Amino acid sequence: MELKDFIANFAEQFDETDVNEFKPETVFHDLEEYSSLVALSIIAMINEEYDVTLKGDDMSAAVTIEDLFNIVKSKM
Amino acid sequence: MGMSYNPFSLEGKTILVTGASSGIGRGAAIECAKMGAKVIITARNEDRLKETLSQLEGEGHVMRVCDLTDNEAIKEMVNSLPELQGVVNNAGFTTIQPIPFINEEEFLKIMQVNTMAPVLTLKYLMKKKKLKSGASVVFTSSLAGIGTMSVGNTMYGCSKGAISAFIKGAAKELAAKNIRVNAVCPGLVDSQILASGTITDDQLKKTLELYPLGRSGKPEDVAWAMVYLLSDASSWITGVNLPVDGGRELY
Repeated sequence: MELKDFIANFAEQFDETDVNEFKPETVFHDLEEYSSLVALSIIAMINEEYDVTLKGDDMSAAVTIEDLFNIVKSKM
Repeated sequence: MGMSYNPFSLEGKTILVTGASSGIGRGAAIECAKMGAKVIITARNEDRLKETLSQLEGEGHVMRVCDLTDNEAIKEMVNSLPELQGVVNNAGFTTIQPIPFINEEEFLKIMQVNTMAPVLTLKYLMKKKKLKSGASVVFTSSLAGIGTMSVGNTMYGCSKGAISAFIKGAAKELAAKNIRVNAVCPGLVDSQILASGTITDDQLKKTLELYPLGRSGKPEDVAWAMVYLLSDASSWITGVNLPVDGGRELY
């Protein structure tokens, strides 16, 4: 699993946010477009792409996109 | 009229409860037994089913392991039953998948367990004449089945919407035999929150702001509504989708 691909998959769950906003260090909870539906979509994307089932708490625990990447990696 | 007057009693009734290994189903089995019924509990997980059985007050309760993804197993389970005065068609589950992620296999499984299995259970009960005049059938639908949805839960909504429509037709069809068919439509119940884990404490707090009575439901809250619909106290009520939701539907 590549961080670059993970970020691309992550960014796909957003419609309005500029693609350049998505970096490893992006604090995604602060993105204006982030919502409970986007969070559910990210969880579903991770399940579909990486076969990893995240809990809502995992989403809260991750501050940056890279944090989330590392959580997913640790569960693979 | 003394202590013995209780139109809400389930004494003398034998009641089948599906999905009795946890949550609302377990709560329903426990409360039905407390209200005097003999309860037949069924679910897929034998260990958890035994745990429910051990919590039932009184004598004569039994359990039947049955996998509701297997239509032949449902038929055999129903064939093994005695005559019933009540049924709680409760088993069900959800998987949260926003629309772009709807998985066909998962969707079929949800429809099988939440819709096909309870419908077939009633079909075989009728075919084998296990329900007689005065019997009451209660389905577990959901607020999601009557249009109050949370995001990501559309597959579940489909499966429960089908149940809320089915009970209308079944109530009409079986009224001639004096068999009643109703549904309860629970809002957020503790068991589901714990089971899903997809909801964070923050989200839960926000969700509960939509509940005028200020809390999520307990399995007993739903079970007591079921007891009412199973009892002779509701003899003149059929074809109803009863919200049990702390007022959530008011928003």
